[in-house]
Amino acid sequence: MNKILIVAEHDGSRLNPAIAKCVRCARDIPDANVTVLVLAADPAAVAAEAATINGVDAVVTVANPANAQALAATLAPQVAAVASGYSHVFGPSTTFGKDLMPRIAALLGAPQLSDVMAVESATRFRRPIYAGNAIVTVEVAAGTQLVATVRVASFEAAARGNATAPITAASLDVVLPSHTRFVSLSAARSDRPDLQTANRVISGGRAFGSADNFKILDGLATKLGAAVGASRAAVDAGYAASDMQVGQTGKIIAPELYMAFGISGAIQHLTGIKDARTIVAVNKDAEAPIFEIADYGLVGDVFQIIPELERLIG
Amino acid sequence: MNRILVAIKRVVDYNVRVRVKPDGTGVVTDGVKMSINPFDEIALEEALRIKEKGQAQEVVVVTIGPADCQQQLRTALAMGADRALHVQTDAVIEPLTAARIFKSLIDREQPMLAILGKQAIDDDCNQTGQMLSALWGRPQATFASKVEIGDGVATVTREIDAGLETLEIDLPAVITTDLRLNEPRYVKLPDIMKAKKKPLDVLEPAALGVTPSEQLKAIRYEPPPQRSKGVMVKDAQELVAALRSKGLIQ
Repeated sequence: MNKILIVAEHDGSRLNPAIAKCVRCARDIPDANVTVLVLAADPAAVAAEAATINGVDAVVTVANPANAQALAATLAPQVAAVASGYSHVFGPSTTFGKDLMPRIAALLGAPQLSDVMAVESATRFRRPIYAGNAIVTVEVAAGTQLVATVRVASFEAAARGNATAPITAASLDVVLPSHTRFVSLSAARSDRPDLQTANRVISGGRAFGSADNFKILDGLATKLGAAVGASRAAVDAGYAASDMQVGQTGKIIAPELYMAFGISGAIQHLTGIKDARTIVAVNKDAEAPIFEIADYGLVGDVFQIIPELERLIG
Repeated sequence: MNRILVAIKRVVDYNVRVRVKPDGTGVVTDGVKMSINPFDEIALEEALRIKEKGQAQEVVVVTIGPADCQQQLRTALAMGADRALHVQTDAVIEPLTAARIFKSLIDREQPMLAILGKQAIDDDCNQTGQMLSALWGRPQATFASKVEIGDGVATVTREIDAGLETLEIDLPAVITTDLRLNEPRYVKLPDIMKAKKKPLDVLEPAALGVTPSEQLKAIRYEPPPQRSKGVMVKDAQELVAALRSKGLIQ
């Protein structure tokens, strides 16, 4: 049996949707037994949610006031203490998982695979490298404990069922460090859907020319119920917040509909969107590389076309 | 002495379109331009700025890899690093091995800060800095977009999915850099000449007590599945009609 431990990402009250995708990835491993580990100040609500995901066999909770913030230095030794006896330790390939999982791997002395996109066996996985320009199949020796982050855009979310997995509380005897302290989080509050899990995403690039101009995407986003993303060029230029960046070093997304406005389509951007079901590109430059991968391309000025689309979609 | 250790990696240049070898044994690197990993360049720039503010006295740049890596170390010295350490090996270096090597260098150099790029743009692993701080038992501030050094502490703003998070960490610590931390300086010709005289020491992994182990074996490389080119529409109306007919919008 392959025992897989998934480290839950959550905001203290809700489970991050990425975790249901990690569960799906874990279930692709033959003969899998899946445990979700919830570290929180008060894990009850998140644990109850995790327990209803199809394919979850058990939920383990660790309650500690120190877990109110997801600090890798605090969480890693606790996960490492729980992880002995598990063949695989998974986390999502979000900034939470990217920050935390390698720290766990080092404490366990285990190798890590980042951005697992497909499972071939319990010891063989596929992952993208070179900004997605190559896919490598990697084999880990049987019997080696493996840590991995799951490329969430590659997996459907496991559904929720009526059955509930048993929840047990672990009490750990781990000394937690005090050398890392949370100060603040400044989040651009938005009532839009979350970029990483939205069904529809519209993004803007350098063509917008200013932060004010970038706001013309808002009306269309509201009409479509879409999240708003941005290219690296737009973020670097200050038109959009850094957490809106889509691409190799930003967010990797897989919406049903992706609409790129004024984005030329650098390979680093394309790697973040190529799992989208349908890609629409609008760009003034008929030669822009984004048209090479777009399902629907339209050559034109974003400042004319966006208001037109808003009106037509009505 | 307040010292900063900066780890750099020699990678295929950012602008090269990487192709998989026809026999699936790797990617084409022969005759391809190689550079310092862009995130590592940002790491070095940040270290130099901290030194220029008088908050550190020495910037030591380190790399692991074959003899050719010294080109990138020389570039780093030309940017302004004071000296370089080259851990020379032809072995495949996995992130955990790299972290073990850097940890042993930290034991020798006793830096107040180790700054690394958040990921290398070849293997896109995003692991080494976090692993290093775990082995060192020190704080990590990953994906940094702002760093302020105080008295025995650093305040670091991090780019995370939810927005911008600020942490306060005790020094010594590990910081990994995100894109918007700074814009690395250009190297000037006189600096390249000066860099040739700066110290560059060569070590072997064994001398640091680390044996590179290959726990993850690459079996096969493939090009990614290609999306096929779609259709061009002539105006917004045609686009909306097409999306409606596919049920993508109401």
